[in-house]
Parts: sequence; structure tokens; C-alpha cells
Amino acid sequence: MPVFQSRISTSSEAFSQNRQDMLSLVADLREYEARAAARSDSRKARFDQRGQLTPRERVKRLLDPGMPFVELFNMANFLVDDPNPETAIPGASMITGIGFINGTRCLVCADDSGINAGASTYMSVNKGLAVLRIALKQKLPFVHLVESAGANLMQYTVELWANGGGLFYWLAKLSAAGIPSFVVLHGPSTAGGAYQPGMSDYVIGVKNNGMAALAGAALTQAATGEIADERELGGTEMHASVSGLVEYLAEDDADGILICRDLVERLDWNRNAAPLPQKEVSPPVFSPDELAGAVPIDYRVAYDCREIMARVVDGSDILEFKPRFGPATVCVQARIFGHSVGLIGNNGPLDPQGAAKATQFFQLCDSADMPVIFLNNITGYMVGTEYEQAGMIKLGSKMIQAVSNISVPKISLYVGASFGAGNYGMCGHAFDPDFLFSWPNARTGVMGGEQAAMTMDVVARAGAARKGQEITPEVEEKMTRQKQAIRDLFEPQENAFYSSGRMLDQGIIDPRDTHKILSFAIETTWEARNRTLKPNSFGIARI
Amino acid sequence: MSRFSSILVANRGEIALQVMKTARLLGYRTIAVYSEADINAPHVDFADDAVCIGPSPVGESYLRADRIVDAAKQTGAEAVHPGYGFLSENADFAKACADAGLVFIGPSAKAIELMGNKATAKRRMIKANVPCVPGYVGKDQSDEKLTAAASAIGFPVMVKAAAGGGGRGMRLVHSAADLQTALRSARSEARNAFGSDEMILEKAILRPRHVEVQVFADAHGNTIHLGERDCSVQRRHQKIIEEAPCPVMTPDLRAAMGKAAVDAAQSIGYLGAGTVEFLLDATGKFYFLEMNTRLQVEHPVTEMITGLDLVALQISVAQGDPLPLSQDEVQLNGHAIEARLYAEDPAQNFLPMTGHIDLWQPCQGEGVRIDSGIATGGDVSPYYDPMVAKVITWAPNRETAIARLTTALDKSLLFGTRTNKSFLKAILNRETFGKGQVTTAFIAEEFSKDDLKPPVLSETEAMIAAVLQYEEARTRAMAATLGVNPELANFSSTGHLKTDYRYITQGVTRDVTVTATEGRYVVICGETRAAIAIERRIGPETRLRVNGNVRLVASLIPDRGHFHMEHAGQTFALRNEFDFAAAGEEAGGGGYVTAPMHGSLLEICVAVGETVTKDTRLAVLEAMKMQHSIVAEIDGTVTDLLAIPGSQIAAGDVILLIDPATQH
Repeated sequence: MPVFQSRISTSSEAFSQNRQDMLSLVADLREYEARAAARSDSRKARFDQRGQLTPRERVKRLLDPGMPFVELFNMANFLVDDPNPETAIPGASMITGIGFINGTRCLVCADDSGINAGASTYMSVNKGLAVLRIALKQKLPFVHLVESAGANLMQYTVELWANGGGLFYWLAKLSAAGIPSFVVLHGPSTAGGAYQPGMSDYVIGVKNNGMAALAGAALTQAATGEIADERELGGTEMHASVSGLVEYLAEDDADGILICRDLVERLDWNRNAAPLPQKEVSPPVFSPDELAGAVPIDYRVAYDCREIMARVVDGSDILEFKPRFGPATVCVQARIFGHSVGLIGNNGPLDPQGAAKATQFFQLCDSADMPVIFLNNITGYMVGTEYEQAGMIKLGSKMIQAVSNISVPKISLYVGASFGAGNYGMCGHAFDPDFLFSWPNARTGVMGGEQAAMTMDVVARAGAARKGQEITPEVEEKMTRQKQAIRDLFEPQENAFYSSGRMLDQGIIDPRDTHKILSFAIETTWEARNRTLKPNSFGIARI
Repeated sequence: MSRFSSILVANRGEIALQVMKTARLLGYRTIAVYSEADINAPHVDFADDAVCIGPSPVGESYLRADRIVDAAKQTGAEAVHPGYGFLSENADFAKACADAGLVFIGPSAKAIELMGNKATAKRRMIKANVPCVPGYVGKDQSDEKLTAAASAIGFPVMVKAAAGGGGRGMRLVHSAADLQTALRSARSEARNAFGSDEMILEKAILRPRHVEVQVFADAHGNTIHLGERDCSVQRRHQKIIEEAPCPVMTPDLRAAMGKAAVDAAQSIGYLGAGTVEFLLDATGKFYFLEMNTRLQVEHPVTEMITGLDLVALQISVAQGDPLPLSQDEVQLNGHAIEARLYAEDPAQNFLPMTGHIDLWQPCQGEGVRIDSGIATGGDVSPYYDPMVAKVITWAPNRETAIARLTTALDKSLLFGTRTNKSFLKAILNRETFGKGQVTTAFIAEEFSKDDLKPPVLSETEAMIAAVLQYEEARTRAMAATLGVNPELANFSSTGHLKTDYRYITQGVTRDVTVTATEGRYVVICGETRAAIAIERRIGPETRLRVNGNVRLVASLIPDRGHFHMEHAGQTFALRNEFDFAAAGEEAGGGGYVTAPMHGSLLEICVAVGETVTKDTRLAVLEAMKMQHSIVAEIDGTVTDLLAIPGSQIAAGDVILLIDPATQH
């Protein structure tokens, strides 16, 4: 049993400084999340007045008490519509995540109608699309609690409309794949939004408040001159008895959610799936709680990635693959809550040996049907004559090819740096990882801001030299300003909160939860891969 | 006479079970009889053989002497034990048994008949010099004669049906002016109940104790007594708590009462177990009340202080054996108290309750004996006496016996029907009872309506209930998954998840929010905040820490959303309101009129098409000998009648439909 020997002392000054730094970032994360909740809850009186539950109350009622819930895209739209970190609200006016309804793992999506009446933000469509794709890939019944004012016409962009069609495309794909979708119509769902219930397998309409129409009364009047009554136009009572859009009419929000829970239970979704094999599990010898403190938040300070591995795997028991070959790239085999997995981490840039080792390791994992976990702390592939001649491009390409084509679950974590092509080789955003979460200290980008600035500086000086220009104090000052401009362009975009706002990951997590998140992700992918669906050609048609 | 080796028990419930247990211990074959409602009852389950004797109502089963005698013949039973109640004091039944060649384990039909009539019994007792309450037991039943007799006795007087029992046909009359009315109503009640309206008058002994003496007689001329029982804790002549010995008993008084009881038994040639009931006044004078010619409900307290098994003695005497002990050998040791656990609702004027028994877990412990005839998974049916168990404790002294009884009640769990448990505990808690000063007036004097109200769930109890429901829901969800790492329980990636609960008891709403944190729950109810941790669970019992303090509760989830909880001896039937939808029009609202309990639908008072308003009487349901009016909850028009008057209906059955009146 090769139990990892940690070199970290939790009583050291470094540990306590690291912990303080990390927890301060976690506090930021929680503050931003709380900002969305507080903003939404500030409308509680209005919800009460209409006899409604607030969106967060709806989610609480929908989910099983005490069952795990992993939110997805918790930071979506942060710093997008509002670039000010002091006021920006994350979440894109939607609460999305994977949780349990009567023991059935589901993808849950709730419009946060407490924020601007649930109107779309810039990232809302992307968030909707992303969770639908996850539901399809992970074979998760999809539950949407709908109440949205739709798109804010004052913030109309043509791409919002064009991309928005995908929400219905993916619902159709879910239905055809044999994955059920549910809508509880708590409030309005007009215009394009009307297809949200229209495209879902099961629609539960809440009396009095639930509403779906291709055009609300105002647009109807503008379009045809008809002065319509909102309830007759699209009220749930009408849809339940006249149009046939609504299958189940609920008395109120709570009733609608109870009906939805009941429907999910009646699916008996797990009846044909094999249960997860039960294994004896010994917790990590080193507490996962130490992940705040074990590593510095600044990626430029080197550390041994096995310190992270030892805090997420069973018994802190890791077996290293080819430790003497390409040692900067660390590949290990271990178990997480009993599941055999391969983990890859970085103790330095990817060099030719490391890339070759990683490629082989990915293929072994794929062959053995073992999920691969990518702990990104990578500044890139090695550059320089020596490395180019050693075939860095060729070997790096093989690694990226392997990452792209292995079929086992891929779970990525940005725990530090993830720069350049290193991000690609370590299964970054574009490489379709099943799950991808960031620690709040993570930094991503094509390269570090300082490095970009220096590169530009070198290029500028070389250009000046070529033209025989003298570097006068004025030119020197101009180049300094340019360096700063590049730093100013790059560095904010490196920030985890910035990139997470743009949905370049699936959300930011507390590093101390890494162990649990990995377990949850592994179980989710395991379930998906062990579930046989009953697909059909066209999806379920509402007659 | 040849000896019998098999015994049919012509009864049900705990007494049938107790008799059979003793009989089996002595090597007898045991035979049960049962009604359709009791097909799965514990006494049937226990017996070596069992015969169905008819439908559920007692008149068609347990009171059918012919069917019981047939059952005995069919099974080859040689003796019949009647238990108490039902046919136990029915002389015709005793005679029918004898005629069929069966040994009736009890006195002769003649003795039963004699003691069955208050007037003849009293005349006989006066003759035997047994002290009787001054009164009138004459055959002349004219109003004039009774009025004159009442005046001669002196008011207040008791008017009693000669054939009566159980408080029926009985009236307390304070003045001559009230006598006529009392006679009229008592006669009518007696005629209906007993088929005879013969009345006796007695001087009313106010605030007496009810003290009874257990006697035993064999066929060899030996009659002994086994000491007394004090059964003064009564509600409307129904005994609730009984104890032995009587707290104010002296050796001299015991000797005098014992002698009177033995005289009474001997004067009628009594055989077997009997109880002579006396009223004991504050001055130590006692008066013959009546003699019960059977085993009493409360016989276990006598068994516990004498160390004897009265059923075994009954069987032995019925076999013709002499009593195994003489009067001098009877030893009374320590103190025993019995509390009768009823399925009833003290707050609704002790309305009998029915229900499915989700859990019956009697307490076990030193000096504790629990006789019950119910079992988890069974039902408390509406057809029979709602007494579900007798909780009896023994201790070297009265104080400890009371303490043990309180604990035994607390630790005996019954979920699924309301009971009088907290009422029993309240009695044991009263100073008057603690001091042994209870008279038959105790309940009426000391218990107000407010004392009988069911408890309101405290904030702490609401918080505990919420945590337990939370855990149960999680456990249920976990079981429905394909497998989730248990360490993920209560995990949420974006901070702690909260779950809301709402309980309403007696109109008081408790809103609770449960937040799971590492190793414990943070729970908020109103202004109260507590950290609750579950330490361990054993069966239905859970040991928790509430802000560090240990609490013990028992709980059970009979079906989703519902929650039984017992804490500090209080039983709550709870539901989380959030697990239930708002009552919509499709759920019927007040338009579906259903039976509130099992019973016989006497009458439907409205017709189809009739307009009704809120509180209009719609139907009358008879359940547990009481008539319940069912009234409209809404205004509207009757659209359909779905039940048939005169038929038996079950709780929840729809009786009729009302189309709600529209506002416009």
C-alpha cells in the first residue's frame, strides 16, 4: 500500500498563509453566490402576495432533503452584463444543478424569477444549452421550473435569438433519446419561451400564475390588434382543458412541485439499471479539508501535485505510473470512494517524455474503462530548440489526440494554472470533459499576462533593432505603456471568476469539497454509462 | 366428573390471550373464537385452534352463545372460559354450556342470575348481614312508592336500574323535584339497554371510594378472599386506574370487608372467582354495591401482590380441586397499580378511536406487566371495547409503583390511534392521587376540559420532528438511488441546503427550517435556534442532543409525510404540511362528505337537489354507541347520495356529494 508521504506541515506558517489566502477566495465565492440569493429573495414579498414560492424555495421543495446537490454554472454571467465585481450578480438568473428527486438523479433548472423577473441575461441561453447537453450526456431526467419574463427587448442581441433555438433543439434531442423532461409552469413563459413547455415531455401548470403564449397580450395587440385576456390567451387552466399543452393542473407552486416529484418517482427511472457496486472505502489519510492550505494560491510557486492527489483519493494511496520517466508529469492510479480512476497532475511543464507518458496513460485508462481526472496546474508545453527537436509538437499532439478521443469519463479541475496548449492536453473547456470545475485561485488563458507582455516587449525591441531605431526614453516609455496595456488585457481574463462568468468551466468550488465533488461526478458518469435508454426517432409528440 | 384438558375462551383481546397463556402453561389445549374483524387478532394467532363465530358486530359473534357452544363442540373443547364482559355474566350462557356438557369456568347459572339483578342481590345481601347502602329494593315500582321511599332514605339518592351495570340507567337525584324526570329517563334507558325498567333506590354516598374484594370459592366449601383493590379513579363509572392494596386500608378494615365479601359469596353458594364491590366512605364505613361473578379487568393487581395466577386458580377450582391455600396462607406483598390504556380521545369527550396500529411496543422492565390484545400491523376496530392494554406495575411500596407506572406508560409506544395515555399520566401526577386520597368524584372534581386537551407540539419537539423527518426522507431517497456515497449525505456544493417543515397541532403552527452542517443540524423554529445531533437509533427510539442536552424520542413513519412521535410521554401524530398539496376543487374540498369514523349510518337527513348551508345536518353516524351528526362544511346543493342508511361504513367512505354554491 503506497500511502503517500506528505511533506506538508499543517502547523507551518506557509500552510496557514496558504489557507488564509484560499479561504479568502472561497469567501468571495460565497459572497457572490449570496448576492444572487439576496437579490432574488428581496422580491419575496411579491411572491408571497401572488401565493408563490420563491425560486430557491421551489428548488428546496423539489429536491430530496439531505441528498447531495451540485450546482452547475454557479458563476455564469458574472462580470459579463455587469463588469463590476462589487455589484455583478452570478447565475445568469437561473439555478441549475444535479440533485435527487425521490432518489432519482436529475438535472434541475429553475428560472430565478426573483432577479429581473427571470429575464434572460447575456449568458442565460448558453447556460440553458449547457445544462441540456449535460442532461443528454449524463442521461439525467430534466426538470425545469419555469417563470421567465423572456428576453429583455432593451438588451436584444441577434445571437440571443439565434442561439436560443438550441434550447428547443436539445429538448427534442432529449425526448428522442428517451430522457424525460418536465416543466412546472410557475409563471409566464411567453414568445420563444412558450416552446419550453411545448417541447417538454410533461407539463405541470400552476393555476392563476402559470402562463404560456407565443405572444402575450401586448404583442398580440401589436401584431393583430386583438385585445386578449391573458388567462384566456395562455393561462394554465385554459391549457389544461382547451389547448392540451398542460397535462397536470396544480393548485399552487408547492402542489406543482409535489406533482413533479410524484411523476419523477413514477418513472421508476432506476428499475433497469444495475446498482453501483458497493466497496469498502477508507477515507484519505490526509484530510480533504487541508486542500485549503496544502497548496499556494499563486501558480508560480511550485508544489508537488501529489499533495492534492493524496487529499482526494482513498487511503491517500497512490501508485505512480512511470515516476522516473517524464517526472514533471504525474500519472497515478488510485481509488476515489472505491472507484478505480487515473489521475494526472503537473509538477512542471509538459515535456516530450511527460507528454508521451500521459498519452500512454490515457490509453491504458481508456482500455481499462477507468475515468481520468485531470488536475490542471500547467503553464504549457516546453519550448526551445531542444524540445522542438525532441518532437514536442508531435508528442503534444498525440497527447491532445488521446485526450480528445478516449471514451471514459473525463473530469477536469482547474486547481492552479491552465495555460496555452497545456490546457488542451489537460482536458480543458474545449475537450468536452464530463465535468469541469475551478478552484477560485485558478488562472487560465493562452499564456500568463506577464509572459504576454514580455513577449510583446521582445518582439517590439527586435522590430526596432531591425529598423535600426534607437530606443529613446520616449520609445522606452511607450513600450512600458504597451506592456502594461497587455498585462491589463490579459490578467483580468485569467481570473477564475471572470472565465467562470463566461462559462468556460461548470462553476467554481470550494477546494475543500473537491473530494466530494469528484465522488459525485464519478457516480454521475458511472450511472450514465450503466444506463440503457429507450430512444425513439422523433421524441414524444404532444397530441 | 372426568377432568377437562381443553379450554375454549369465549372472548377476545387481552383477556382471551391471558387466559390462553395460563391454560397453555398448565398444559391445556386452547381454542379461540373470533369474529370476522378479528381474523388476524393476537388471541387467534396464539390459540391452538380457532373458530369464526360470525360477523364483526358483537351481537352477531361474541354475544352469540349458540355459536360459541357450536364452536366448542366442533373443536372438541371440554371447558369454556368466558373472560369478562360479553357472556361472562350471562346465566343463560352458563346454562347452555352446562347443557352441552361443557365445564363453565365460573359460578353456577343460578349465582350469576342472582347477582345479575341489583334488587334481588341486595335483598339477599341484607339477609346475609352484608352491610348495604340504605335504600329501596321493593317490587312495587309505582312512582308514588318510589317517591315515598326516596324521601324516607333522604336526598341525595341514586336511582339505579336493577338489571343495570356500567352506569347505564343510573341517575343521581338531589331533590324530590327532580325525581320524576330522573326516573323517566333512567327507566327508558334501562328498558332499551337491559330489557327491564325495574329501579332500585339507594342513599347516595357522596365522594366514596370504590373498594372491591377478590373472593375465591371451591367446590369443597372453602371460600377465601385475596385482599382488596381500590378502583376509585373512575370516569362516568368506568374504572381507569386500579390498585392493590387500597391506600387507606387497615388490617381491621380488611378483615371486616373480607369477611363481608366471603359471607356474600357463601350466602349464594358461590364457586370460582368473584368480586364483591363496596363503597367505602370517609369514616371507614363500607356498603355492598354489587358482586361481579367473573374475573375482573383489574385482577392483575391482585395477582401481583399475592403472587397467584387467578386464571390458574379458576381452572383448578373448575376441575373440582380444592383451593391450594387457606385464608391464613394468603400473603399480600408490596403494591400494584394498573392503568387502562384506551384508544380514545380525551379532548373529544373520550370519543373512542379506531385506527391501524403502526406500532405497539409495550415497555419491558422490572416490576412491569403489560397485558394487551393488540399487535403492530393490526387494527383497533370500532366494534369492541376500546381498551387496548393494561399497564401494571408492582413495587415494594406505592410510591415506587406509581413511578414505575409513569415510566412504563412513557416507554410503551402505541402509534396509529389516539389514546388516553397523557390523561393517565396526568392522573398519576395529581397530588390527590399521590397522597392516596382519590374518591370516585376525583376526575369530575379535578379535571377541567383544558386538562384534557391534547398537547401542543413544543418548538423543541417540532425541531426534533423535523430533523427526524429530514433523515427519514434522505434515507428513503438514498435507498431509491443506484448507490450514492454516504459521505455525500447533506452535501451541497454551493453552501448548506435548507429544508422547511410545518407542523400544526391544536391550531398552533410551527415552522421549522433544518440546515445540515458537519455532524449536526442547525434548526430554527420561530425565535428558537438549536444544534441537534442524532447520537444513535435503536428501533423506533432515537437519542438526540439538543444544544448538548440528551433527549429521547420514539418515532415512526407510517406513510409518506405522516410522522408519529413520542416525547416525554406525549404522543403526536404529525404531518409536514409542506408534503401535502393545497386542497383543490378536484380533491373535493367540503363537497365530498365522508364518514369521520367507522360506524353504522343511521340516517341521511337530506335529499338530492336539496340546498344546504354550512352546518346543515346531513347525516347521522352511530359509532361506539354514540351518535355523531355530520354537518355541511360548505353551502351548496346535494347532488348525489352514495351511502345507504342502515349500512356499515368505513372511515373516509363518501356519504354524499354537495355541489358548492357559486358566488355569482
